[in-house]
Amino acid sequence: MATAARSIDTQSQAEIPHPEAVVVRFAGDSGDGMQLTGGQFTLSSALAGNDFATFPDFPAEIRAPQGTLFGVSAFQINFGASEIDTAGDAPDVLVAMNPAALKTNVKDLKPGGLIIADDGEFNARNLAKAQYDANPLEDDSLGKWQLVHFNISQLTMDAVKPFGLGNKEALRCKNMWTLGLALWMFDRDREPIIQWLKDKFAKSPILADANIAALNAGHAYGETAEIGNPGAVSIPRKHVDAAPADPGLYRTINGADAAAMGLVAGCQLAGVKMFFGGYPITPASSILHALARFKEYGVTTFQAEDEIAAIASAIGASYAGQLGVTSSSGPGIALKTEAIGLAVMTELPLVIINSQRGGPSTGLPTKTEQSDLYQAVYGRNGDTPLPVIAARSPSDVFDCAIEAVRIATQFMTPVILLTDGYIANAAEPWKVPDMSSYKPFPVSFLDHVPEGGFKPYGRDNKLARPWVKPGTPGLLHRIGGIEKEGDTRHLNYSPANHQAMTDIRKGKVDGIAAHIPDQDVCLGTEGGKLAVVGWGSTFGPIHQAVRRMRAKGHDVSHIHVRHIWPMPGNLGDLLKSYDKVIVPEMNTGQFKTVLRDQYLIDAKPLNKVSGQPFRIAEIEAAIEEALA
Amino acid sequence: MNDMTPIQKSSPKDWETDQEVRWCPGCGDYAILKAVQRTMPELGRKPEDTVFISGIGCSSRFPYYMETYGFHTIHGRAPAVATGVKLANPDLDVWIITGDGDALSIGGNHTMHLLRRNLDCQILLFNNEIYGLTKGQYSPPSRVGTKSPSTPFGSVDRPATPCAFALGSGARFVARGFDVSKHLPDVLKAAHAHKGAAFIEIFQNCIVYNKDVFEDFAAPKGAEARQLWLQDGQPMLFDGGSKGIAMDMDTLTLKVVGVAEGDWQAAGVIVHNVKNRAIAHMLVEMPFGEFPMALGVLYDDPRPTFDSAVTEQNAKLSEGKTPDLQALISKGQTWTVE
Repeated sequence: MATAARSIDTQSQAEIPHPEAVVVRFAGDSGDGMQLTGGQFTLSSALAGNDFATFPDFPAEIRAPQGTLFGVSAFQINFGASEIDTAGDAPDVLVAMNPAALKTNVKDLKPGGLIIADDGEFNARNLAKAQYDANPLEDDSLGKWQLVHFNISQLTMDAVKPFGLGNKEALRCKNMWTLGLALWMFDRDREPIIQWLKDKFAKSPILADANIAALNAGHAYGETAEIGNPGAVSIPRKHVDAAPADPGLYRTINGADAAAMGLVAGCQLAGVKMFFGGYPITPASSILHALARFKEYGVTTFQAEDEIAAIASAIGASYAGQLGVTSSSGPGIALKTEAIGLAVMTELPLVIINSQRGGPSTGLPTKTEQSDLYQAVYGRNGDTPLPVIAARSPSDVFDCAIEAVRIATQFMTPVILLTDGYIANAAEPWKVPDMSSYKPFPVSFLDHVPEGGFKPYGRDNKLARPWVKPGTPGLLHRIGGIEKEGDTRHLNYSPANHQAMTDIRKGKVDGIAAHIPDQDVCLGTEGGKLAVVGWGSTFGPIHQAVRRMRAKGHDVSHIHVRHIWPMPGNLGDLLKSYDKVIVPEMNTGQFKTVLRDQYLIDAKPLNKVSGQPFRIAEIEAAIEEALA
Repeated sequence: MNDMTPIQKSSPKDWETDQEVRWCPGCGDYAILKAVQRTMPELGRKPEDTVFISGIGCSSRFPYYMETYGFHTIHGRAPAVATGVKLANPDLDVWIITGDGDALSIGGNHTMHLLRRNLDCQILLFNNEIYGLTKGQYSPPSRVGTKSPSTPFGSVDRPATPCAFALGSGARFVARGFDVSKHLPDVLKAAHAHKGAAFIEIFQNCIVYNKDVFEDFAAPKGAEARQLWLQDGQPMLFDGGSKGIAMDMDTLTLKVVGVAEGDWQAAGVIVHNVKNRAIAHMLVEMPFGEFPMALGVLYDDPRPTFDSAVTEQNAKLSEGKTPDLQALISKGQTWTVE
């Protein structure tokens, strides 16, 4: 029996181990409230001063049949006393609320890691649903891990009994019982969670009290187990110190909220109002939800009848003098593609956010992938270039959204901002920036006939055409998706004119390279044996892997590319200064192909399309192989 | 400023562009363009405050010929673009120019939702029952048996009825006219006076691919007997007042009745009430042949518009709030590192 692997006597209480970082995964049925548990545990980690990264992983079904393997919802958090870049390769602790959660998650647990299981759910019916022939808590199949199990369901029912809840409602509190135990295990303050429960259930004090009682009971269980209360099993305890951090105000942030706030910030810096046209799609909808609450910031949100109307309305708003923004995920972006071409052709500013998910088609709606890079860079009819930028982490979306607004309004062009399902949902600590440190980039609408006459497709020195609001006297003109002359208001499909206009549109977008920062090396040296080149949310695992390999003395550097198109002017030379280049991506090698095409370098792919982020170890192994 | 320049009424010429009109000679679109340019000076809006937005198709070239702001967008999406334009600047006078393929086929979804939401704009649907710019395929309102390059043995699917589609989608203004009709400017004026989405089906003669398909009611000869021009508060009379539309009380359907010596009351002729939605449903479905073609303003009963509702909600929720970006980003689960 692996139960109660080790008991802690009173003496060792004072000697709680202080590990550098711990990875905990909460896994349960999709109705068990694991995302909520994880979210609150994240808050407590933040308040404890740990650095952290999280990875929520939930099924596409809203209420999948109870107890099934495909209905398991999990939340992983990696928290530490030093810099944390990923949600962690393998959990140290797995909380499994039922057999299905154990079955689908235990294989990821570190050898010697701790399993905490609710044995109240390990009944014949649930074991059968999870396709267990025998109860794994009672045979030695979990022998390579530490196992503690107790009847969390019953303990929760006992704890909330005084509140007279029905069975179903009482059992809903078991996620708070579990959270209480986790707070005890990691030496955390319960008070902020209690406050949160009071706020959350303000309209139903009974539920608040019951959940608080469950939380306290879980916490007390840990304590009593520790002092050797007969019948209770003891649980190892850990304290992770606060990570060093710059002084200032911090908050937790996920990618969707960062996008919403970054767009608002960008529009303020540009001095324009925002119009957001959206259509519900996972995992992009949360940007629409967030912006719908920001009306006082000059934001109009419009839930359109479909993806096409969402972008078409945004284009209409840009034409009328606001900044049109739309967001979606791959399948929705595919629908918007014709309209993106219209925005390129009419040279209107527009921001398009793609929270990428696993594809093709419906693919893996709730899982993450980076497989829409070709779609963003190349995926339109005609020669239709547009700038593409990619965010590396939840908080980075804020700055990327500002950058997207800057490029769109300064160059009169649609801009695609790539995030992904991981970035949209994951949370990390973010030092709240001082907005006065951002340089404004005010737009100027043309409101008079300039010297030499008004040309709707006249150009400034960046090749951007003037932005004219309908309603402006003297500047009446017509625009459209059909080819026109650059200097007049006439349609023109002549060969020479189309060649010239195509060259101008391409030249304008290429020219943006001169207005973005040079590519830097975010870890390592300029030149050397090996560069690991990444984009988007692979930043975390690549950065950690390169750091670890450098610590072991290897000559390897990390280059992270934010501007996917056009790329920074120095990138080609920089990449050529390394003997080898590898490109880890959550696709089958899309950025690798772009790099090869643009710079004729022998970039080697490292690909993963499992719907899960890279593990640090996977990238370390690739580095080792490349350097061998 | 005290510079009291008298407001000068514009002339139709002021609404014409210098662009060469590129429709086929004899196309019904020319007559509609003239009617619109003739009507604009009557509406009291300035060219710079007016925006014509179109999709794709012959009719959708229309904005290039209007000296206003104009946006020739993509196939079927003009209502969606117009929604963004109007929400971003509700002061603009927005006109949507579309065709039967553009509005009812590829853009049917947007037409439906624009009408349901009641965006304040005019929608001019040029119905020629054919795809002209793609060289003559049958379209949603084409009659059964229409022979076209894509239906060489005759189309077999049931046609759409644009005004019935509009009314079914929740339109609060539905009217009909045809390209060369002298009444068209009056219909346009009524549409413009309606606050909300005003849907006008304009029968338009495609002389190349569907010539004279509306001649049975649009031809000047015998028009009186084949056209029922509806006027609010007036009895539904046609054929020089010798016939009218009455309600068959047994079947609760419309019927044609004879009117003797002008006594339409005795014949039970219905007085047109533009706010009567039930009758409007019957009028849009009234089969031509057995009945005359119902033309003019079939239905006109305004409701609050989408753009005003959005504007009001935005204003209400912003009232008394300062848009403090620093405060916004500092909210949520926060902590301070000393």
